Amino acid sequence: MELTVTDLAVGRGGVPVLAGVSFGLGAGQALALRGPNGSGKTTLLRTVAGLQPPMAGSVAGAEDRIAYAAHADGLKAALTVAENLGFWASVFGQSEIAPAVTAFDLEDFLDRRAGQLSAGQKRRLGLARLMVTGRDVWVLDEPTVSLDAASVALFADAVQGHLAQGGAALMATHIDLGIEAETLDVSQFRSAALAMDAADEAFL
Amino acid sequence: MRALFFRDLALALRAGGGFGLGLAFFLIVVVLVPFSVGPQSALLTQIAPGVLWLGALLACLLSLDRLLAVDWEDGALDLLATSPLPLEGIVAVKAAAHWVTTGLPLVLAAPVLGVLLNLAPSGYGVLVLSLALGTPALSMIGAFGAALTVGIKRGGLLLSLLVLPLYVPTLIFGAEAARRAAQGLDSATPLLLLAGVTLAVLAAMPFAAGLVLRVNLR
Repeated sequence: MELTVTDLAVGRGGVPVLAGVSFGLGAGQALALRGPNGSGKTTLLRTVAGLQPPMAGSVAGAEDRIAYAAHADGLKAALTVAENLGFWASVFGQSEIAPAVTAFDLEDFLDRRAGQLSAGQKRRLGLARLMVTGRDVWVLDEPTVSLDAASVALFADAVQGHLAQGGAALMATHIDLGIEAETLDVSQFRSAALAMDAADEAFL
Repeated sequence: MRALFFRDLALALRAGGGFGLGLAFFLIVVVLVPFSVGPQSALLTQIAPGVLWLGALLACLLSLDRLLAVDWEDGALDLLATSPLPLEGIVAVKAAAHWVTTGLPLVLAAPVLGVLLNLAPSGYGVLVLSLALGTPALSMIGAFGAALTVGIKRGGLLLSLLVLPLYVPTLIFGAEAARRAAQGLDSATPLLLLAGVTLAVLAAMPFAAGLVLRVNLR
Protein backbone atom coordinates (compact mmCIF):
# COMPACT_ATOMS: atom_id res chain seq x y z
CA MET A 1 0.00 0.00 0.00
CA GLU A 2 1.16 3.47 -0.76
CA LEU A 3 1.74 6.28 1.68
CA THR A 4 -0.16 9.24 0.27
CA VAL A 5 0.17 12.77 1.52
CA THR A 6 -2.48 15.08 0.12
CA ASP A 7 -2.51 18.84 0.35
CA LEU A 8 -0.94 18.70 3.79
CA ALA A 9 -0.46 21.84 5.87
CA VAL A 10 1.75 21.57 8.92
CA GLY A 11 2.59 24.02 11.65
CA ARG A 12 4.85 24.39 14.62
CA GLY A 13 3.36 25.84 17.80
CA GLY A 14 0.25 26.93 15.90
CA VAL A 15 2.24 28.83 13.28
CA PRO A 16 1.77 27.37 9.79
CA VAL A 17 5.10 26.36 8.25
CA LEU A 18 4.27 24.40 5.13
CA ALA A 19 1.08 24.23 3.09
CA GLY A 20 -0.10 22.24 0.11
CA VAL A 21 2.44 19.42 0.44
CA SER A 22 1.48 16.42 -1.68
CA PHE A 23 3.49 13.35 -2.51
CA GLY A 24 3.16 9.60 -2.73
CA LEU A 25 5.57 6.95 -1.58
CA GLY A 26 5.15 3.39 -2.84
CA ALA A 27 6.92 0.15 -2.03
CA GLY A 28 10.62 0.25 -2.84
CA GLN A 29 10.69 4.03 -3.14
CA ALA A 30 12.74 6.59 -1.28
CA LEU A 31 12.06 10.29 -1.06
CA ALA A 32 14.61 12.78 0.18
CA LEU A 33 13.39 16.08 1.60
CA ARG A 34 15.62 19.04 0.98
CA GLY A 35 15.43 22.57 2.22
CA PRO A 36 17.34 25.06 4.33
CA ASN A 37 17.32 24.91 8.16
CA GLY A 38 13.98 25.89 9.60
CA SER A 39 12.12 25.20 6.38
CA GLY A 40 9.82 22.68 8.10
CA LYS A 41 11.35 19.31 7.26
CA THR A 42 11.20 18.05 10.84
CA THR A 43 7.66 19.36 11.32
CA LEU A 44 6.57 17.61 8.13
CA LEU A 45 8.19 14.33 9.22
CA ARG A 46 6.63 14.53 12.70
CA THR A 47 3.23 15.09 11.13
CA VAL A 48 3.64 12.15 8.77
CA ALA A 49 4.75 10.01 11.73
CA GLY A 50 1.54 10.96 13.53
CA LEU A 51 3.21 12.81 16.41
CA GLN A 52 1.30 15.97 15.65
CA PRO A 53 -1.98 16.49 13.81
CA PRO A 54 -1.99 18.12 10.35
CA MET A 55 -3.42 21.65 10.15
CA ALA A 56 -5.10 20.70 6.87
CA GLY A 57 -4.97 17.90 4.36
CA SER A 58 -4.36 14.25 5.13
CA VAL A 59 -1.79 11.50 5.47
CA ALA A 60 -3.16 8.18 4.26
CA GLY A 61 -1.68 4.72 4.66
CA ALA A 62 0.60 5.55 7.57
CA GLU A 63 -1.19 3.69 10.38
CA ASP A 64 1.11 1.25 12.16
CA ARG A 65 3.62 1.27 9.32
CA ILE A 66 5.99 4.05 10.36
CA ALA A 67 9.34 3.61 12.03
CA TYR A 68 10.46 7.07 13.06
CA ALA A 69 14.02 8.15 13.81
CA ALA A 70 14.62 11.67 15.02
CA HIS A 71 17.67 13.65 16.11
CA ALA A 72 17.53 11.94 19.50
CA ASP A 73 18.03 8.20 19.40
CA GLY A 74 15.98 7.32 22.48
CA LEU A 75 18.79 5.17 23.87
CA LYS A 76 19.16 4.38 27.56
CA ALA A 77 22.70 4.98 28.73
CA ALA A 78 22.40 2.43 31.55
CA LEU A 79 21.31 -0.41 29.24
CA THR A 80 23.64 -2.36 26.99
CA VAL A 81 23.45 -2.20 23.20
CA ALA A 82 21.76 -5.61 23.08
CA GLU A 83 19.24 -4.59 25.77
CA ASN A 84 18.41 -1.35 23.97
CA LEU A 85 17.77 -3.14 20.69
CA GLY A 86 15.97 -6.01 22.38
CA PHE A 87 13.66 -3.57 24.15
CA TRP A 88 12.62 -1.85 20.94
CA ALA A 89 12.21 -5.18 19.17
CA SER A 90 9.79 -6.42 21.83
CA VAL A 91 7.90 -3.11 21.89
CA PHE A 92 7.24 -3.63 18.20
CA GLY A 93 6.43 -7.32 18.72
CA GLN A 94 9.62 -8.60 17.06
CA SER A 95 12.35 -10.78 18.49
CA GLU A 96 15.15 -10.86 15.93
CA ILE A 97 17.94 -8.32 16.48
CA ALA A 98 20.82 -10.16 14.76
CA PRO A 99 20.29 -8.74 11.22
CA ALA A 100 20.23 -5.18 12.57
CA VAL A 101 23.38 -5.80 14.60
CA THR A 102 25.19 -7.14 11.55
CA ALA A 103 23.96 -4.43 9.21
CA PHE A 104 25.28 -1.66 11.44
CA ASP A 105 28.42 -3.50 12.54
CA LEU A 106 27.55 -3.46 16.24
CA GLU A 107 28.74 -7.00 17.15
CA ASP A 108 31.74 -5.76 19.11
CA PHE A 109 29.70 -3.52 21.41
CA LEU A 110 26.73 -5.76 22.22
CA ASP A 111 27.56 -5.94 25.93
CA ARG A 112 28.73 -2.39 26.24
CA ARG A 113 26.48 0.20 27.86
CA ALA A 114 25.01 2.66 25.39
CA GLY A 115 26.33 5.50 27.55
CA GLN A 116 29.89 4.44 26.79
CA LEU A 117 29.50 4.57 23.01
CA SER A 118 30.80 7.39 20.83
CA ALA A 119 28.33 9.72 19.12
CA GLY A 120 28.67 7.88 15.83
CA GLN A 121 28.21 4.49 17.46
CA LYS A 122 25.11 5.74 19.26
CA ARG A 123 23.74 6.97 15.97
CA ARG A 124 24.38 3.57 14.40
CA LEU A 125 22.55 1.90 17.28
CA GLY A 126 19.69 4.39 16.85
CA LEU A 127 19.45 3.53 13.16
CA ALA A 128 19.73 -0.21 13.83
CA ARG A 129 16.58 0.25 15.90
CA LEU A 130 14.71 0.89 12.62
CA MET A 131 15.49 -2.62 11.43
CA VAL A 132 14.14 -4.31 14.56
CA THR A 133 10.77 -2.55 14.32
CA GLY A 134 9.66 -4.58 11.33
CA ARG A 135 7.85 -1.47 10.05
CA ASP A 136 7.95 -0.82 6.31
CA VAL A 137 7.99 2.98 6.08
CA TRP A 138 11.11 4.54 7.57
CA VAL A 139 10.76 8.22 8.43
CA LEU A 140 14.23 9.59 9.06
CA ASP A 141 15.21 13.02 10.27
CA GLU A 142 18.84 13.80 9.39
CA PRO A 143 19.90 10.16 9.78
CA THR A 144 23.56 10.70 8.91
CA VAL A 145 24.42 13.29 11.57
CA SER A 146 27.71 12.33 13.31
CA LEU A 147 28.28 9.30 11.08
CA ASP A 148 31.66 8.84 9.35
CA ALA A 149 31.97 7.86 5.70
CA ALA A 150 32.11 4.12 6.44
CA SER A 151 29.02 4.31 8.65
CA VAL A 152 27.15 6.34 6.04
CA ALA A 153 27.90 3.52 3.59
CA LEU A 154 26.52 0.97 6.11
CA PHE A 155 23.41 3.09 6.49
CA ALA A 156 23.00 3.48 2.72
CA ASP A 157 23.26 -0.32 2.34
CA ALA A 158 20.65 -0.80 5.07
CA VAL A 159 18.24 1.61 3.35
CA GLN A 160 18.94 -0.05 0.00
CA GLY A 161 18.20 -3.48 1.51
CA HIS A 162 15.03 -2.16 3.11
CA LEU A 163 13.83 -0.75 -0.24
CA ALA A 164 14.67 -4.01 -2.00
CA GLN A 165 12.41 -5.84 0.47
CA GLY A 166 9.51 -3.62 -0.53
CA GLY A 167 9.97 -1.01 2.18
CA ALA A 168 9.91 2.74 1.73
CA ALA A 169 11.94 5.59 3.17
CA LEU A 170 11.18 9.25 3.68
CA MET A 171 14.17 11.22 4.88
CA ALA A 172 15.34 14.71 5.47
CA THR A 173 18.99 14.79 4.56
CA HIS A 174 21.60 17.10 3.12
CA ILE A 175 24.06 14.56 1.82
CA ASP A 176 23.82 12.31 -1.19
CA LEU A 177 23.54 8.70 -0.01
CA GLY A 178 24.00 7.21 -3.45
CA ILE A 179 20.51 5.76 -3.20
CA GLU A 180 18.15 6.22 -6.08
CA ALA A 181 15.76 8.64 -4.45
CA GLU A 182 13.50 11.36 -5.68
CA THR A 183 14.06 14.69 -4.00
CA LEU A 184 11.43 17.09 -2.86
CA ASP A 185 12.41 20.65 -2.02
CA VAL A 186 10.11 21.68 0.83
CA SER A 187 10.85 25.40 0.48
CA GLN A 188 8.42 25.54 -2.45
CA PHE A 189 5.59 24.69 -0.02
CA ARG A 190 6.30 27.55 2.37
CA SER A 191 3.03 28.50 3.97
CA ALA A 192 1.40 31.56 2.40
CA ALA A 193 1.05 33.24 5.81
CA LEU A 194 4.79 32.95 6.43
CA ALA A 195 5.67 34.01 2.89
CA MET A 196 3.55 37.12 3.35
CA ASP A 197 5.36 37.98 6.59
CA ALA A 198 8.67 37.56 4.85
CA ALA A 199 7.54 39.85 2.03
CA ASP A 200 6.53 42.46 4.58
CA GLU A 201 9.95 42.31 6.15
CA ALA A 202 11.67 42.55 2.81
CA PHE A 203 9.49 45.50 1.87
CA LEU A 204 10.17 47.34 5.10
CA MET B 1 4.08 -3.44 27.51
CA ARG B 2 5.87 -6.03 29.59
CA ALA B 3 9.16 -5.04 27.96
CA LEU B 4 8.57 -1.42 28.95
CA PHE B 5 7.75 -2.41 32.53
CA PHE B 6 10.91 -4.47 32.93
CA ARG B 7 13.02 -1.86 31.18
CA ASP B 8 11.82 0.78 33.65
CA LEU B 9 12.55 -1.55 36.57
CA ALA B 10 16.04 -2.26 35.21
CA LEU B 11 16.70 1.45 34.69
CA ALA B 12 15.56 2.27 38.22
CA LEU B 13 17.75 -0.43 39.74
CA ARG B 14 20.92 0.43 37.82
CA ALA B 15 23.36 3.15 38.71
CA GLY B 16 21.79 6.59 38.59
CA GLY B 17 18.27 5.22 38.41
CA GLY B 18 17.29 6.66 41.77
CA PHE B 19 15.95 3.48 43.33
CA GLY B 20 16.02 3.80 47.10
CA LEU B 21 16.07 7.59 47.08
CA GLY B 22 12.40 7.78 48.02
CA LEU B 23 12.88 5.14 50.68
CA ALA B 24 15.89 6.95 52.18
CA PHE B 25 13.94 10.22 52.16
CA PHE B 26 11.02 8.54 53.95
CA LEU B 27 13.43 7.13 56.53
CA ILE B 28 15.05 10.50 57.20
CA VAL B 29 11.78 12.42 57.46
CA VAL B 30 10.37 9.93 59.95
CA VAL B 31 13.60 9.87 61.97
CA LEU B 32 13.63 13.68 62.12
CA VAL B 33 10.11 13.92 63.54
CA PRO B 34 10.99 12.67 67.10
CA PHE B 35 13.90 15.14 67.10
CA SER B 36 11.66 18.08 66.24
CA VAL B 37 8.70 17.08 68.42
CA GLY B 38 10.71 15.93 71.41
CA PRO B 39 10.77 12.61 73.23
CA GLN B 40 7.13 12.56 74.28
CA SER B 41 6.01 9.05 73.48
CA ALA B 42 2.31 9.80 74.04
CA LEU B 43 2.37 12.65 71.53
CA LEU B 44 4.36 10.58 69.03
CA THR B 45 1.86 7.74 69.33
CA GLN B 46 -0.89 10.19 68.54
CA ILE B 47 0.70 11.70 65.43
CA ALA B 48 2.45 8.55 64.14
CA PRO B 49 -0.17 7.47 61.53
CA GLY B 50 -0.37 10.98 60.06
CA VAL B 51 3.42 11.45 59.97
CA LEU B 52 3.97 8.07 58.34
CA TRP B 53 1.37 8.79 55.68
CA LEU B 54 2.68 12.28 54.97
CA GLY B 55 6.26 10.99 54.80
CA ALA B 56 5.27 8.25 52.35
CA LEU B 57 3.40 10.76 50.21
CA LEU B 58 6.34 13.17 50.01
CA ALA B 59 8.77 10.32 49.33
CA CYS B 60 6.53 9.21 46.48
CA LEU B 61 6.53 12.73 45.06
CA LEU B 62 10.31 12.92 45.06
CA SER B 63 10.95 10.70 42.06
CA LEU B 64 7.92 11.68 39.97
CA ASP B 65 9.54 14.42 37.92
CA ARG B 66 11.84 11.84 36.27
CA LEU B 67 8.96 9.52 35.42
CA LEU B 68 8.45 10.79 31.87
CA ALA B 69 11.02 13.59 31.64
CA VAL B 70 13.93 11.18 31.10
CA ASP B 71 12.21 9.50 28.19
CA TRP B 72 11.22 12.86 26.78
CA GLU B 73 14.75 14.24 26.92
CA ASP B 74 16.42 11.34 25.13
CA GLY B 75 13.70 11.10 22.50
CA ALA B 76 12.41 7.70 23.63
CA LEU B 77 8.94 9.12 24.31
CA ASP B 78 8.55 10.24 20.67
CA LEU B 79 9.62 6.81 19.53
CA LEU B 80 7.29 5.07 21.99
CA ALA B 81 4.43 7.29 20.77
CA THR B 82 4.99 6.00 17.22
CA SER B 83 5.15 2.39 18.43
CA PRO B 84 2.17 0.02 18.60
CA LEU B 85 1.75 0.71 22.34
CA PRO B 86 -1.09 3.12 23.20
CA LEU B 87 0.04 6.21 25.12
CA GLU B 88 -2.49 5.42 27.85
CA GLY B 89 -0.86 2.04 28.32
CA ILE B 90 2.62 3.55 28.31
CA VAL B 91 1.70 5.96 31.13
CA ALA B 92 -0.06 3.22 33.12
CA VAL B 93 2.91 0.86 32.79
CA LYS B 94 5.36 3.56 33.80
CA ALA B 95 3.19 4.37 36.83
CA ALA B 96 3.16 0.67 37.73
CA ALA B 97 6.96 0.49 37.50
CA HIS B 98 7.17 3.64 39.63
CA TRP B 99 4.97 2.04 42.26
CA VAL B 100 7.08 -1.13 42.38
CA THR B 101 10.31 0.83 42.76
CA THR B 102 8.99 3.57 45.08
CA GLY B 103 5.58 2.80 46.60
CA LEU B 104 6.13 -0.87 47.44
CA PRO B 105 9.38 -0.28 49.40
CA LEU B 106 7.58 2.44 51.38
CA VAL B 107 4.77 0.03 52.25
CA LEU B 108 7.28 -2.56 53.44
CA ALA B 109 9.36 -0.05 55.42
CA ALA B 110 6.43 1.67 57.14
CA PRO B 111 6.00 -0.83 60.03
CA VAL B 112 9.71 -0.60 60.88
CA LEU B 113 9.50 3.16 61.02
CA GLY B 114 6.28 2.88 63.03
CA VAL B 115 8.40 1.56 65.88
CA LEU B 116 10.47 4.76 65.82
CA LEU B 117 7.29 6.80 66.23
CA ASN B 118 5.88 4.60 68.96
CA LEU B 119 2.88 3.62 66.83
CA ALA B 120 0.21 1.80 68.84
CA PRO B 121 0.46 -2.00 68.30
CA SER B 122 -3.08 -2.26 66.92
CA GLY B 123 -2.21 0.16 64.10
CA TYR B 124 0.49 -1.75 62.21
CA GLY B 125 -1.69 -4.05 60.11
CA VAL B 126 -4.04 -1.33 58.92
CA LEU B 127 -1.15 1.10 58.34
CA VAL B 128 0.47 -1.34 55.91
CA LEU B 129 -2.88 -2.17 54.34
CA SER B 130 -3.81 1.50 53.89
CA LEU B 131 -0.43 2.31 52.34
CA ALA B 132 -0.69 -0.71 50.04
CA LEU B 133 -4.14 0.46 48.94
CA GLY B 134 -3.23 4.14 48.65
CA THR B 135 0.23 4.32 47.14
CA PRO B 136 -0.80 2.97 43.69
CA ALA B 137 -3.08 6.01 43.42
CA LEU B 138 -0.16 8.28 44.37
CA SER B 139 1.95 6.83 41.53
CA MET B 140 -0.86 7.03 38.97
CA ILE B 141 -1.84 10.61 39.87
CA GLY B 142 1.86 11.45 39.77
CA ALA B 143 2.14 9.97 36.29
CA PHE B 144 -0.70 12.24 35.20
CA GLY B 145 1.15 15.22 36.67
CA ALA B 146 4.34 14.11 34.93
CA ALA B 147 2.44 13.91 31.63
CA LEU B 148 1.15 17.46 32.21
CA THR B 149 4.60 18.90 32.89
CA VAL B 150 6.69 16.87 30.43
CA GLY B 151 8.78 19.14 28.26
CA ILE B 152 8.81 21.99 30.77
CA LYS B 153 12.27 22.90 31.94
CA ARG B 154 12.49 22.41 35.70
CA GLY B 155 8.92 21.14 35.76
CA GLY B 156 9.45 19.29 39.04
CA LEU B 157 8.20 22.09 41.28
CA LEU B 158 5.19 22.75 39.08
CA LEU B 159 4.51 19.02 39.14
CA SER B 160 4.45 19.05 42.97
CA LEU B 161 2.06 22.00 43.01
CA LEU B 162 -0.28 20.29 40.56
CA VAL B 163 -0.16 16.86 42.12
CA LEU B 164 -0.29 17.56 45.87
CA PRO B 165 -3.90 18.85 45.87
CA LEU B 166 -4.93 15.71 43.98
CA TYR B 167 -3.31 13.62 46.71
CA VAL B 168 -5.65 15.05 49.38
CA PRO B 169 -8.44 12.40 49.25
CA THR B 170 -5.94 9.56 49.39
CA LEU B 171 -4.09 11.19 52.28
CA ILE B 172 -7.28 11.87 54.25
CA PHE B 173 -8.71 8.36 54.00
CA GLY B 174 -5.35 6.62 54.32
CA ALA B 175 -4.25 8.50 57.43
CA GLU B 176 -7.74 8.29 58.90
CA ALA B 177 -7.80 4.49 58.52
CA ALA B 178 -4.37 4.16 60.16
CA ARG B 179 -5.33 6.57 62.97
CA ARG B 180 -8.58 4.76 63.74
CA ALA B 181 -6.85 1.40 63.84
CA ALA B 182 -4.13 2.78 66.12
CA GLN B 183 -6.85 3.98 68.51
CA GLY B 184 -8.52 0.60 68.41
CA LEU B 185 -11.52 1.79 66.39
CA ASP B 186 -13.07 0.19 63.34
CA SER B 187 -11.32 1.40 60.19
CA ALA B 188 -13.35 -0.39 57.51
CA THR B 189 -15.09 2.74 56.20
CA PRO B 190 -11.98 4.85 55.45
CA LEU B 191 -10.28 1.76 53.98
CA LEU B 192 -13.19 1.18 51.62
CA LEU B 193 -13.22 4.83 50.59
CA LEU B 194 -9.44 4.73 50.10
CA ALA B 195 -9.77 1.66 47.87
CA GLY B 196 -12.55 3.41 45.98
CA VAL B 197 -10.40 6.49 45.35
CA THR B 198 -7.53 4.29 44.14
CA LEU B 199 -9.75 2.29 41.80
CA ALA B 200 -11.27 5.44 40.33
CA VAL B 201 -7.79 6.91 39.82
CA LEU B 202 -6.49 3.72 38.19
CA ALA B 203 -9.51 3.61 35.90
CA ALA B 204 -9.58 7.23 34.78
CA MET B 205 -6.08 8.68 35.08
CA PRO B 206 -4.33 6.68 32.33
CA PHE B 207 -6.74 8.14 29.79
CA ALA B 208 -6.37 11.69 31.08
CA ALA B 209 -2.59 11.27 31.12
CA GLY B 210 -2.53 9.81 27.61
CA LEU B 211 -4.57 12.75 26.36
CA VAL B 212 -2.34 15.47 27.85
CA LEU B 213 0.78 13.58 26.78
CA ARG B 214 -0.45 13.51 23.18
CA VAL B 215 -0.95 17.27 23.32
CA ASN B 216 2.46 17.82 24.96
CA LEU B 217 4.30 15.79 22.33
CA ARG B 218 3.17 18.03 19.48
